[in-house]
Amino acid sequence: MRRITYREALREALREEMRRDSTVFLLGEDIGRYWGGAFKVTEGLAEEFGDERVRDTPISESAIVGTAVGAAITGMRPVAEIMFGDLTTLAMDQIANQAAKIRYMFGGQTKVPLVVRTPFGAGVNIAAHHSQSLEAWYMHVPGLYVAVPSTPYDAKGLLKSAIRGNNPVIFCEHKLLYPIEGEVPEEEYTIPFGVADIKREGSDVTIVATMYMVHKALKAAEELEGEGISVEVVDPRTLTPLDKNAIISSVKKTGRLVVVSEDCKTAGVTAEIAALVAEEAIDYLDAPIKRVAEPDTPIPFSPPLEEYVIPNEKKIIKAVKEVV
Amino acid sequence: MIGVVRSLMELPKEKLVEMYRKMFEIRSFEEKVFELYAQNMVPGTIHLYAGEEAVAVGVCSNLRKNDYITSTHRGHGHCIAKGADPKKIMAEILGKKTGYCKGKGGSMHIADFSVGMLGATAVVGAGIPIAVGAGLSIKLRGTDQVVACFFGEGASNQGTFHEGINLAAIWKLPVLFICENNLYAMGTRQSRVMLIKNIADRAAAYGIPGVVVDGNDVLAVYEAAGKAVERARKGEGPTLIECKTYRHKGHSRIDPAKYRPREEVEEWLRKDPIKRFKEKLLKEKLLSEVEIQGIEMEVTNEIEKAVKFAVESPYPKPEEALEDVYA
Repeated sequence: MRRITYREALREALREEMRRDSTVFLLGEDIGRYWGGAFKVTEGLAEEFGDERVRDTPISESAIVGTAVGAAITGMRPVAEIMFGDLTTLAMDQIANQAAKIRYMFGGQTKVPLVVRTPFGAGVNIAAHHSQSLEAWYMHVPGLYVAVPSTPYDAKGLLKSAIRGNNPVIFCEHKLLYPIEGEVPEEEYTIPFGVADIKREGSDVTIVATMYMVHKALKAAEELEGEGISVEVVDPRTLTPLDKNAIISSVKKTGRLVVVSEDCKTAGVTAEIAALVAEEAIDYLDAPIKRVAEPDTPIPFSPPLEEYVIPNEKKIIKAVKEVV
Repeated sequence: MIGVVRSLMELPKEKLVEMYRKMFEIRSFEEKVFELYAQNMVPGTIHLYAGEEAVAVGVCSNLRKNDYITSTHRGHGHCIAKGADPKKIMAEILGKKTGYCKGKGGSMHIADFSVGMLGATAVVGAGIPIAVGAGLSIKLRGTDQVVACFFGEGASNQGTFHEGINLAAIWKLPVLFICENNLYAMGTRQSRVMLIKNIADRAAAYGIPGVVVDGNDVLAVYEAAGKAVERARKGEGPTLIECKTYRHKGHSRIDPAKYRPREEVEEWLRKDPIKRFKEKLLKEKLLSEVEIQGIEMEVTNEIEKAVKFAVESPYPKPEEALEDVYA
């Protein structure tokens, strides 16, 4: 099968949906013909679809998302780009109080078909304002969906579903994933929300991981296989809705759970998944749940500092060995 | 200020009747809400629009059914002016299943998408970018609709005011930014939080027209908004209209508004927009006392019916709290 990058997969999803549906349009800072997006995801799209549908905006995150909300409730399907996930904080009211709640507050009178694409994650030494992983915040807001694709295939299929869906989606990308290649078919496909993917089958321990951590978990699993430990890697692909059945089924099979995420440990993605398993499948566990996450610090700049706080294969292997 | 009587003679009588009816309807509705509140029938809080009727009616009288508005925590008047059904507004305020939002929104979150009322937000200033988005949607869809975005002078200190109006200006979006300057953001007098007297002056920062208008003169508001609507429909971009007005009651439910000098309150009560409009209509012999009484009686009956409907409507089933989170 043809191989393309995560970045190209996202761009294909945008291009295909814009060709399919004239109500789909993009807005964000420097996404247009002069720059093509800070991570080049939208490169070439303004040339094909024009500046009206690929709109460069001023540096006004709150207005970017708020404008997208207003367009979404009046018949359009906006896809907003916030240049870095850290900057979604500037649009927090529009995301958490408006986009997420408008349908509910107004008794289901309207829908908010809106996608906010934004890159999270550390690993490129750009410190505390450009490296965070805030996806758990958005899991905490009823009314939002949260997508966390780890591969080009998932990125394309989930983005197309996000654009076609009728709910606001925080579409989390990871800046280290953009150049990663993977198999993506030429033909049309979409991936439904709320369906996890077993990225690797195994029988001794379940690792639930998202985004870039899926790749680290897979590398750890490979190494552990050499030591006779069979690891199953479950990628939820969307955090809201969360495929609880897939996680619980895997835990029932392996009896052990390690949860890996790049966000802070306290009240984070790993906490929610651990709580789910503790609440609904504790009788199937043969060992305590282990969490590998960021140790509740801002993301530091200097390479040795940053490496120290971000989960890696070594930490994942250590956690697995503690429960097997 | 645009203070205009000449347009009075130019308006068809039906329009004048409709404007007076809407203003009186808002006042009667708010008086009833206050009454029901005193009887402990309204859960939560209320922010009454009484005293500011000329703004909502002056603006919305220029709008078509498919034009949009966005509203605020003080939004009952905007809903009525845009043509929403008082029965369903009242039912929502009482938390009933038959309300516009099935009891999920209440007084601060009424919406009626069927008449272009895109909803009230209770976060001060948050409706501004949303209105801009509706304007962008209009532009992209290529229709000649317009959006009227209501907010108070307090909201003009929010970042959303700056971000939203700037965006509407650079993209020439068909949006009317209607600032209802009632002098107080809760208990904070305007002069304590900004050094300018006119919010409309801020329009210069975005390169768009800024207009100050007597917000207690419905015809002045009507004329200013009419010009802005015309400009918007022609694709020439947004206008900021500041309407100087005053709320008759406190900020919310039990606020006695002691921070307002008595002379000031009395002065503004003398400028009651409904009283002024009525006097003008009588003086110009455009409506007779009998005709006005007829309108008032009709409206009073209608509001009584709305109250009866709301009071007699059932509450939602508790488990309905779980519905409508996702589409």
